[in-house]
Amino acid sequence: MTSRLLLTTGSAFAALLLTLNAHALEYKAIDTAKSNVTFSYKQMGVVMDGKFKKFAAQLNFDPSKPAAAKATLEIDLATIDTGSGEADQEVTGKSWFNTAAFPKAVFVSNQIKSTAANQFEVTGKLTIKGQTKDISFPLKQTAQGNVGVFNGSFVMRRADFNIGEGMWAKFDTVANEVQVNFQITALASK
Amino acid sequence: MNRSTYSPIAKVLHWAMALGIFGLVALGSIMSDMEFSPEKLQYFSWHKWAGVSIFALVWVRLVWRWISPPPPYAESMSINMQRLAHAGHIALYAFMLIVPISGWLMSSAKGVQTVWFGVVPLPDLIGKDKALGHLLEEVHETLSWTLVTLIAGHVLAALKHHFIDRDDTLRRMAPFIKPKQDAS
Repeated sequence: MTSRLLLTTGSAFAALLLTLNAHALEYKAIDTAKSNVTFSYKQMGVVMDGKFKKFAAQLNFDPSKPAAAKATLEIDLATIDTGSGEADQEVTGKSWFNTAAFPKAVFVSNQIKSTAANQFEVTGKLTIKGQTKDISFPLKQTAQGNVGVFNGSFVMRRADFNIGEGMWAKFDTVANEVQVNFQITALASK
Repeated sequence: MNRSTYSPIAKVLHWAMALGIFGLVALGSIMSDMEFSPEKLQYFSWHKWAGVSIFALVWVRLVWRWISPPPPYAESMSINMQRLAHAGHIALYAFMLIVPISGWLMSSAKGVQTVWFGVVPLPDLIGKDKALGHLLEEVHETLSWTLVTLIAGHVLAALKHHFIDRDDTLRRMAPFIKPKQDAS
């Protein structure tokens, strides 16, 4: 009797799981408080890191249908935190981001491909300071219930976007390569 | 061993550090007033590299001092003057060690790790903390000027020995010059 009941409950549970899978959840909203955009670069051979305090993302991401997925990330460049007030002031200025004229860095995805379980390859266009470049990077998903955490990083060259002009154009003090890391916590809904 | 003068190694270490500290203080005060620029970042790195070098040299000097003790104080000095001179020397060594340590901690708090000559990383003993970084900047500056004051006292005392007391104190640390007692 007991074993029969267990069996029935078990099948019902399995059926429920299948149903849930069939109606896979789509990530649409991001939890900015649990998301972050950081960067690191070399200055005089020393690894330095910083972050952006404000950014927004639009997401339509169903992990089971990555081809139909879209992601947009907008970073408010003036909210940069390099760890030094002097440097923050410098990098928002004309020779770096020139946030007065170009307040945002924008990434728009073109294509999201599944490469392995919970892993994707994202390609898209990154626009900073009026310059648009194609970039691609691997994205890793960790699902926790209806919350999905997406981690990705890519290396950009600041010179491609004229970030750091004039006296900063040489790479002997501040390196050309800047690694951008992000962790986006997204909420799923049907 | 000749006990009336400092060993050549002690002299080289003493004068190398005198030059080094003078350069560090000059560079330190110039760079802190500079506009933000690549040069400023370079000067900060050079200052840190030189500071770590001096810090390492202080230990070499202390070891050498233990291997080859300095000559005794001039006999004409009173016990109290000898004690004062000894306390002054202890203070000089102490500040030559704590000034670079305060700079090292300040760098860590400001999130700029110290990497000696861009090659040898020093561990960050404290984490990134803006307020603490600012406080340590003040501490580093105050300690540096205290060291400068001690050095000024050290120089004045040496000159007093030479020109007023007319003893061998300065001469025995001077490069290329043999103490009078030796020549006799």
